[in-house]
Amino acid sequence: MSLQLKLGNGENQQMPTLMSGAKILLECLVREGVDCIFGYPGGVTLPLYDAMYDHPIRHVLVRHEQNASFAAEGYARATGNVGVCCSTSGPGATNLITGLVDALMDSIPVVAITGQVTSKLIGSDAFQEADTFGITRSCTKHNFLVKNIADLPQVVHEAFYIAKSGRPGPVLVDITKDVFSGQGQYAPVSAIHLPGYKVFTEGHTGQIRRAAQMIWEAERPLVFGGGGLVASGASAELRELVEYLDVPAVLTLMGLGALPSTHRNFISMPGMHGGYAANMALSNADLLIALGVRFDDRVTGRLSAFAPHAKVIHVDIDPAEIGKNRAVDLPIVGDLKRVIGKLAKVAKELEPSESGKNRAARAAWWGQVRSWQEAHPLVPATSTSEIKPQHVMREIDRISCGEALVAVDVGQHQMWAAQFIRFNGPRQWMASGGLGSMGFGLPNAIGVQFGRPDKLVFAVVGDGGFQMSIPELSTIASYGLPIKIVVVNNGYLGMVRQWQELFYNNRICAVELDVFPEAEKLAAAYGFKGRTVDRVEHLSSALEEAVKEPGPYLLNVRVSPTENVYPMVPAGAALNEMVLEPPRPVTVPK
Amino acid sequence: MLQTISLLMENKPGALMRVTNLLSQRLYNIESLTVARTLDPTLSRMTIVVDVDSTLRRQVIKQMNRLVNVLQATDLTEAPAVSREMVLLRIRVTMETRTAILKEAEIFDARVVDSSVEGFAIEATGDPEKLNEFIDVMRAYGEIEVTRSGMVAVSLEAKKLKLSAPVPAGAEASLQPVR
Ligand SMILES: Cc1ncc(C[n+]2csc(CCOP(=O)(O)OP(=O)(O)O)c2C)c(N)n1
Ligand SMILES: [Mg+2]
Repeated sequence: MSLQLKLGNGENQQMPTLMSGAKILLECLVREGVDCIFGYPGGVTLPLYDAMYDHPIRHVLVRHEQNASFAAEGYARATGNVGVCCSTSGPGATNLITGLVDALMDSIPVVAITGQVTSKLIGSDAFQEADTFGITRSCTKHNFLVKNIADLPQVVHEAFYIAKSGRPGPVLVDITKDVFSGQGQYAPVSAIHLPGYKVFTEGHTGQIRRAAQMIWEAERPLVFGGGGLVASGASAELRELVEYLDVPAVLTLMGLGALPSTHRNFISMPGMHGGYAANMALSNADLLIALGVRFDDRVTGRLSAFAPHAKVIHVDIDPAEIGKNRAVDLPIVGDLKRVIGKLAKVAKELEPSESGKNRAARAAWWGQVRSWQEAHPLVPATSTSEIKPQHVMREIDRISCGEALVAVDVGQHQMWAAQFIRFNGPRQWMASGGLGSMGFGLPNAIGVQFGRPDKLVFAVVGDGGFQMSIPELSTIASYGLPIKIVVVNNGYLGMVRQWQELFYNNRICAVELDVFPEAEKLAAAYGFKGRTVDRVEHLSSALEEAVKEPGPYLLNVRVSPTENVYPMVPAGAALNEMVLEPPRPVTVPK
Repeated sequence: MLQTISLLMENKPGALMRVTNLLSQRLYNIESLTVARTLDPTLSRMTIVVDVDSTLRRQVIKQMNRLVNVLQATDLTEAPAVSREMVLLRIRVTMETRTAILKEAEIFDARVVDSSVEGFAIEATGDPEKLNEFIDVMRAYGEIEVTRSGMVAVSLEAKKLKLSAPVPAGAEASLQPVR
């Protein structure tokens, strides 16, 4: 049936019914499949909360709006569905912003609903008025201000469509109080039309063919995959492609899990704290098959020296990513799931005869990659006298068997977690990649647990980031979320301390976190279990105890205070100038 | 060098802001900007003249095209295009200079749109260079006040405009456009 027809004559449309704007909003959310909203109420959203009183949609009351946007992101990251958060006007809306920018940077589908003062008061410095529409313009993929109840249903569905389609991202809908409380005729919206909103999905057939040819011709090809693979749900296609072509693959921080961490073709994460083999593979490849990556500076190191021998095939759904940081030899704009699927098919059609397969060169390339892996594998540091943070990650890895969902905060522990915790699949690893927002981990885990109530969820956070999120212990307790909080407690803002030590003559300034609450008492104050461990021999049993506990658990692990993250590519250095351990630089054979 | 960007966008509140934000976030100064409704009242056409770093021009155009409200952003700087600007100029004249000024206006194809004992209001259109000369000449005759419209440009190449089709609303709906 043609949609136009359906829209045109209105035959199939339901009879409109008179409803409040708040009810209309909830109806639209239900039609979008929303089952929970992370939010915090206030003056102008009172009519919305009144409508929620007897509505089946679940509202999760967080303790700070920033954590509503982080939790919505966590829900979206874990499920792939749009996460929804909600706040009042003014301070509520401004508090949401960090999570929105975080979602923007990492392409996470989130819809934020904010209340706005009554339409005729806009611009009058009314109580709790802020120009949310203006403020969030550059914090979102798109935003809306609704002043007229008749526009509401259309806008809400547009917001969801924009959030989840193409390159996903956050969309904010600012709704005035009079729209919430006013009455309007509601009929379900059947279609949305955004003439200027371009979504490229298919990928150019000719370009895909050329890509397949380039791959067959290459002697040292490398898959360089990122968060786009996760967003697109392209894991199965990716796996088929790398297995069929037998190409090594590196995955960025955002791409971890797109291939199982134990997959034989997966080398490691590249970049500033990536594995030696991954960075060497990038530095020596003659072809990069770049899939849903944005050539971020934390991944490329000095851009002019990044993958200097490689031609680049770049597949991305966002045309603005192509050629942004690195010139591309073959661009393909499209949805990775489809493009990779087609690429595998075309590559099979074009499979050259035995003599044309570069067998010897490919074997030598694999030999080279394996030798890099063997020369400098990522091995967690251990000690008998103190708990090494890397060791904590290996223990979490041992207990989770690749099955747990792990939300991390930002800092050294984040890098160690990325290096040592393994994942069997995508959407198990939640990290603030682009924005690097501290305070992300714990509230994110809340959203993750709501999205995947059946799963073991860890929040692996630093002592700094944890102390930004402490209010959410109350949310965790209130909903009985069985999140396992592991504080990797080095007594420092460790990542900043590391840079001060290495690049600022060890002038350690404003990074000491000398006071930390007693974990057992802190958890007990919220009514759940907690414990501090500071001895290596207690670590495994403490983690096991945490996981066995049916409710939340706060495990504070005292780790060696001055451990630094290695390998490290110093800012401005090339990937192959990475430092494996202090202070011996690696010289790279040409 | 200045870049001329032509945009076709939805005629909606906030759309202009989204476009200019991509320039102001980089602290680019907009030399001129014109915007007006097209034949289709739901759309506007905008011409921006701005000094964008040459390495970023393509990126800026792509980012403009990425905006939900923008149907098409095109770089007209090196493309075949015609650009025009209008000047409205008020000049104080004396009885002695009146005829000379009218002569000059004629040379520049400018029209007198108001005339009084004190002076003239003159309208001139042309490419910006020519208008600069016109203004210089007029200044030689007396005190002037100038308002410029900013440049409007039209591409001489027919560029195919691909518009997105409607999609069904709601969670169950696939993200595929309805054909
Ligand atoms: C909101 C915010 N503020 C500041 C920073 C800068 N920053 C990056 S890592 C870091 C230290 C984090 O310390 P902690 O949470 O203890 O983790 P650690 O590095 O010690 O593992 C800081 C301050 C940031 N990323 N985000
Ligand atoms: Mg710390």
